[in-house]
Amino acid sequence: MASLAPTFGRGAMTNHWVDIKNANLIVVMGGNAAEAHPCGFKWVTEAKAHNKARLIVVDPRFTRSAAVADYYAPIRSGSDIAFLGGMINYLITHDKIQHEYVKNYSDATFLVNGDYDFGDGLFSGYDKDKRSYDKSSWSYQKGADGYVLVDNTLQHPRCVFNLMKQHYSRYTPEMVSRITGTPEEQFLHICEMVAETAAPNRTTTFLYALGWTQHSIGSQNIRTMAMVQILLGNMGMAGGGVNALRGHSNIQGLTDLGLLSNMLPGYMTLAGDKEQDFTAYLASRTLKPLRPGQMSYWQNYPKFHVSLMKSWYGDAATKDNNWCFDWLPKLDKIYDVLQVFELMHQGKMNGYFAQGFNPLASFPNKAKIGGALAKLKYLVVIDPLATETSEFWKNFGEFNDVDPNKIQTEVFRLPSTCFAEEDGSLVSSSRVLQWHYKGADAPGEARGDAEIMAGLFLRLQGMYKKDGGTFPDPILNLTWPYIIPHSPSSEELAKEFNGKAVTDLTDPKDPTKVLVKMGEQLAGFAQLRDDGSTSSGCWIFSGAWTQAGNLMARRDNADPSGLGNTPNWAFAWPANRRIIYNRASCDAAGKPWDPTRTVISWSSRQNKWVGMDVPDMRLDAAPDENVGPFIMNPEGVARLFAVDKMAEGPFPEHYEPFETPIGTNPLHPNVISNPAARVFKSDMEAFGTARDFPYVGTTYRLTEHFHFWTKHARINAILQPQQFVEIGEDLAKSKGIKGGDWVKVMSNRGYIKAVAVVTKRLKTLTVNGQPVYTVGIPIHWGFKGLTKNGFLANTLTPYVGDANTQTPEFKSFLVNIEKA
Amino acid sequence: MALQTLDIQRRSATTTPSPDVRQNLQTIEVAKLIDVSKCIGCKACQSACMEWNDVRDEIGVNVGVYDNPPDLTADSWTVMRFSEVEVEKDKLEWLIRKDGCMHCADPGCLKACPSPGAIIQYSNGIVDFQEEHCIGCGYCIAGCPFNVPRISKKDNKAYKCTLCSDRVGVGMEPACVKSCPTGALVFGSKEDMIGHATGRIVDLKERGYANAGLYDPQGVGGTHVMYVLQHADQPELYHGLPKNPSISVMVSLWKGVTKPLMSLGLGFVALAGFFHFIKVGPSKEDESEHESEPH
Repeated sequence: MASLAPTFGRGAMTNHWVDIKNANLIVVMGGNAAEAHPCGFKWVTEAKAHNKARLIVVDPRFTRSAAVADYYAPIRSGSDIAFLGGMINYLITHDKIQHEYVKNYSDATFLVNGDYDFGDGLFSGYDKDKRSYDKSSWSYQKGADGYVLVDNTLQHPRCVFNLMKQHYSRYTPEMVSRITGTPEEQFLHICEMVAETAAPNRTTTFLYALGWTQHSIGSQNIRTMAMVQILLGNMGMAGGGVNALRGHSNIQGLTDLGLLSNMLPGYMTLAGDKEQDFTAYLASRTLKPLRPGQMSYWQNYPKFHVSLMKSWYGDAATKDNNWCFDWLPKLDKIYDVLQVFELMHQGKMNGYFAQGFNPLASFPNKAKIGGALAKLKYLVVIDPLATETSEFWKNFGEFNDVDPNKIQTEVFRLPSTCFAEEDGSLVSSSRVLQWHYKGADAPGEARGDAEIMAGLFLRLQGMYKKDGGTFPDPILNLTWPYIIPHSPSSEELAKEFNGKAVTDLTDPKDPTKVLVKMGEQLAGFAQLRDDGSTSSGCWIFSGAWTQAGNLMARRDNADPSGLGNTPNWAFAWPANRRIIYNRASCDAAGKPWDPTRTVISWSSRQNKWVGMDVPDMRLDAAPDENVGPFIMNPEGVARLFAVDKMAEGPFPEHYEPFETPIGTNPLHPNVISNPAARVFKSDMEAFGTARDFPYVGTTYRLTEHFHFWTKHARINAILQPQQFVEIGEDLAKSKGIKGGDWVKVMSNRGYIKAVAVVTKRLKTLTVNGQPVYTVGIPIHWGFKGLTKNGFLANTLTPYVGDANTQTPEFKSFLVNIEKA
Repeated sequence: MALQTLDIQRRSATTTPSPDVRQNLQTIEVAKLIDVSKCIGCKACQSACMEWNDVRDEIGVNVGVYDNPPDLTADSWTVMRFSEVEVEKDKLEWLIRKDGCMHCADPGCLKACPSPGAIIQYSNGIVDFQEEHCIGCGYCIAGCPFNVPRISKKDNKAYKCTLCSDRVGVGMEPACVKSCPTGALVFGSKEDMIGHATGRIVDLKERGYANAGLYDPQGVGGTHVMYVLQHADQPELYHGLPKNPSISVMVSLWKGVTKPLMSLGLGFVALAGFFHFIKVGPSKEDESEHESEPH
């Protein structure tokens, strides 16, 4: 998400599952959709069957997706930017870009600050000691009117297009092959196939998932592909877009609701330590247009923010107290999971709530996570299952060799319901909020998560009421309007997210006319106001539960366009749009690039945008007003140059994994790995080198299991009962390992033992002149559940994350292997 | 016309005719089409098979492959077979074939079965085991050209895929077909399935699979489970799918040429038994053996 928002404005999958069937070319890279998303993958099958689509798979392993692909190429884990950067170079040098699209809908024409520079692996402004950049030079040149200077001829040496061209000129096919291990002719073949979709009426869609995010350069992997899609003119098109396939069924909902330490609901952000002033806080987020006439939708930030605070604090939130801005925490740093466990490991945390989260299994370097949990005074685990985390203190022999006598952490297990035991909505990858109903009552003493949290909150509030405290206001004044206070219902919460009128909302043009009566549900976020007259718990969900009722529960699968756009099936944020940025599916004059796949178009007769989807554009914005299709960006266009939005640079650059098998970066040996990634000192010391650990380890999931849950389910356990690792035939032969043998896989952080699966599907790659072997490590086993007991795969993985999201580098690290 | 009739067409070790009162009813032959080129090996079909039929295999071990359980058993009526092949040099293919009963038009198991009514064939083509009549002799295994039936260690009776005859009998598709996310499994009349396969083969040929084709082997009279194969000229690539399956010569002899002789022999045995009964009386049960059984 931290790559899509800097590029397009919103951090979400742009199209939707069913729309994949409209693609001409599908590239699965940085993911394994057939394996991890078998049900959604049906739309790939549909595209092949009914649209004669071709499927390309690029992956270190010949995967289940590759099994049904038209073309497969291997790639070394962690080298995707080199591959995609090479593709950008190919598209530019072979002139396979959609010129009109790039000129009108991207920042290609924008002029960049004269101080911006890139050389020897570093962008301008690097501070080696802080491992971070001063990003002030990563900006546009602006005129006296405050707008960005542009050169529509693309001749200016400082325009984004020429800087990009120069940046990727180093990514020649030879260099790509040298870094990625992908044979040059295979790389070029894929480039040719992708380049064909630069035609305005052809589309490629990219499907990716954790294979791109779980790297120290994860966000930039995705950004590179997003740039390819801009150059091809595929954004906003049916059958195009950037399709981030989410893993958990509701992980999109998690980010939407802002459940990351620095976020507020609806992609608003918490203030930093230095942002104590409310006006300044709002001003820095109320983005003024950078080009004339642009919508720059974040100009409405105050409406979203004030409505959120009214939803949380009701009457206590007033204009005079800045809508309780002072009650919100101000961040000194981001408290992502790696940061939190680092602090815990340092003994700086007393308690931890693991709610639907199994960090001992799911986070890197199990020894560190377990060691950190052992330093807590108390640990609360809210989960339907007995997880490894809940029993981290117990000895399970080699699988968890700890001494319970030495661990004083008090563990509370609060059994919760699972998804099938509660009503509510889930947000899919497609941004569709779909209501579901409980299938069965929960067993035993299990309670819903909302009930558990409400119970804790009410007790806490009671203690503040009774005993007082240092800063009781935010707790005492929290709105709690639920009919059963200790058990808020999903319906009540959903209505709260949608928002309502706090007072009668009158028409600004005619104050006697009441648009929405006090207490009524709002029709959408366009009705939100910054004067305290509206409330909404999550502005992007506004429209999901209106006066018309629960739109998430709609089940009308009518598809009038035949393009799989079902506007009356559940509800998609924002504003029930199914394909976001759909203005870009039309040329500058408002005519569809491909009339056979019309999403929307400009009707000069009706003087508005019309079509099968909700236009992602001001309805009456005539084409000659030149309002750009990327309405969240102040530029109005998509960013090839990410300005200051990314931690490690405005253009993605290939950096090696922190544990690299080649020990150098062929592009710039002086800067090997991501210079802006945060690495804690003790973790830097725990990295291994290729001398001791010569093989690339990579972890992944199998269709038969879901994370660490389904090992508790009998049928899944039957289908994949026991831990295994995969190795190629060459490596197996050199180590004397046969299929079915027990092997020991070691990293600098620990070891696991598993059964060896010897396969042709993992080929030896030649990288920088040397052979690189990959050891594939499925993650699903542990020491709780019905499957045969196994080791947590994250015993092996390194404690370092992406520089923007801190998503750990699970996909690329170094291991050794021997016969056990 | 109906897919779902469960009229019996043939019955093992039985010479009396099957009921045929519905003379005017033209049963449609059914078929399940397994399109290997669309299969992603997700095992949803294995899972659905276990769920619908209420069978649970043991939680086993990994034997060095993705296939799990590693073979068909009396509790696993379908398994995915994963084969890594390079038909063209340097062009790896991972062929994933759902294995299970083929529901032959001319079923070797039924022919081989000596127990009356233990194996039946419905007029829609489904070959079904009736375990209450099974004597556990294992002849069906010898008779099967695809090595499908398995004898249960729990009750010493033979089990295999029923093509969900209980679902088909009420107008539903088999559970595996219902669960398949990619449409690799489809079900309908055999005629429609051949038609569907024809379209798939055109698509595969257009994608470079010159030898794509339908697997409906005539050596067993055709099957009611068919495959679309990318390499129909080499079915053995798909985990040893037989190229020209046929009923073993021994079974053919046993039920073909020699059957009248055998019947004659059985007749003699029966006759001898009758005379034995007349002369000696009914054989007595061994009561002590009965008492030792747990109740």
